[in-house]
Amino acid sequence: MKHIKTLNTKNLQNTLKKGGCGECQTSCQSACKTSCTVGNQSCENRKQSF
Amino acid sequence: MVHQYKNNGFNIVLDTNSGAVHVADDVVYDVIALFNRQKTEAQIQAELAPVYGERETADALRECRELKEAGQLFTEDIYEDAILDFKKRQTVVKALCLHIAHDCNLACRYCFAQEGEYHGRRALMSYDVGKKALDFLIANSGNRRNLEVDFFGGEPLMNWQVVKDLVAYGREQEKIHNKNFRFTLTTNGVLLNEEVMEFCNREMANVVLSIDGRPEIHDRMRPFRNGKGSYSLILPKFRKFAESRGQSRYYVRGTFTRHNLDFCEDVLHLADLGFRQISIEPVVAAQNEDYALREEDIPYICDQYDRLAREMIRREKAGNGFTFFHFMVDLTGGPCVYKRLSGCGSGTEYLAVTPWGDLYPCHQFVGREEFLMGNVDEGVKRADICDQFKNCNVYTKEKCKKCFARFYCSGGCAANSYQFHATINDA
Repeated sequence: MKHIKTLNTKNLQNTLKKGGCGECQTSCQSACKTSCTVGNQSCENRKQSF
Repeated sequence: MVHQYKNNGFNIVLDTNSGAVHVADDVVYDVIALFNRQKTEAQIQAELAPVYGERETADALRECRELKEAGQLFTEDIYEDAILDFKKRQTVVKALCLHIAHDCNLACRYCFAQEGEYHGRRALMSYDVGKKALDFLIANSGNRRNLEVDFFGGEPLMNWQVVKDLVAYGREQEKIHNKNFRFTLTTNGVLLNEEVMEFCNREMANVVLSIDGRPEIHDRMRPFRNGKGSYSLILPKFRKFAESRGQSRYYVRGTFTRHNLDFCEDVLHLADLGFRQISIEPVVAAQNEDYALREEDIPYICDQYDRLAREMIRREKAGNGFTFFHFMVDLTGGPCVYKRLSGCGSGTEYLAVTPWGDLYPCHQFVGREEFLMGNVDEGVKRADICDQFKNCNVYTKEKCKKCFARFYCSGGCAANSYQFHATINDA
């Protein structure tokens, strides 16, 4: 594409079928303890990651 | 839903429901803005052709069409029914915050735990209570293998022997039950020494080291009980600790308040000291506190984040980059939509345990008796509280339904919502 560069090619909608294993880190344990930061957590199962 | 903004010379377009992030040129950026205002392709062509030319505008429209067809632009929200079903599932407990000490050797002015005491009395967790907490976690974790335990306070190093004994007990139990304990520790550094560092480097998956930044900023908010600042005591220890962990698996974690709205300087101060994993976050405080952030401060704070971003890029290119916790986004992966929409897990997957074994939805609710859920002897007795948290998600929060950031903050912190709105279902 000439006018648009897409930085990520994966689609969040695809995780609807494969996600939800729940092995990921509980967000508040990571560093914050006072704010909910979920979007920056990593997926424990890369196969199920989007 | 599409969110677009200009920053640092780039036109960024975020397609909320697919998670796609696009960098667009001016013509596409304007095309998307007009689509957002419900304009048709013909109307957009007519409006933008005089600015960008017939051909360029038509090209831009075609590229937008292709992205729509590929499910990367103006995608629909297809998650609501799925997440409601998902939230109805039987949950397991996978993380505990152990309040190993309701006591502290500092008297931080913004402490939500009232210098470690959480609206109650000073107390240390016994080994027996801690063991029961780990047993409770194992028994309620179902098939989940990775179990997280944070040693929290007050100041957990004031009860260090119990921390070590519980780690040993956890290591023994994880083999028996096929679990993997990930221990973490949050400390103010006052009692940090070689022995603690060596133990943590062996056993703790992460350590969170509390420091606010510049000496005068840190000392103003994080004094000892006698009023003396703590910066000069803790800084050398934190630097040594971070180095001894290879500059990874830790965060220096600070809080910014109205007294240091220029918190970018504090982040850079910590980076200049050699720290590579940095998290500086806004204070949560009642509006009548002089250090509480105000609505009117937001533009200045946003400008600080922009400034920080520019400086981080410059340093990254120069070879001395660092990580800033709230800027971490994994564009190639990241959590699945269930994780993104179900939030932090407080009250369901994540519970806090007081020194005497009471269970609360999270560390921030400790001491609020209406949220007392049970104890480590009898387990969760108040399933209604658990259900209340289980059903709390971005679709039960009016403010979140139309927010572009709902897949990143997941509706925000339930404790903050309760503090400001007296309900966990706000934001």
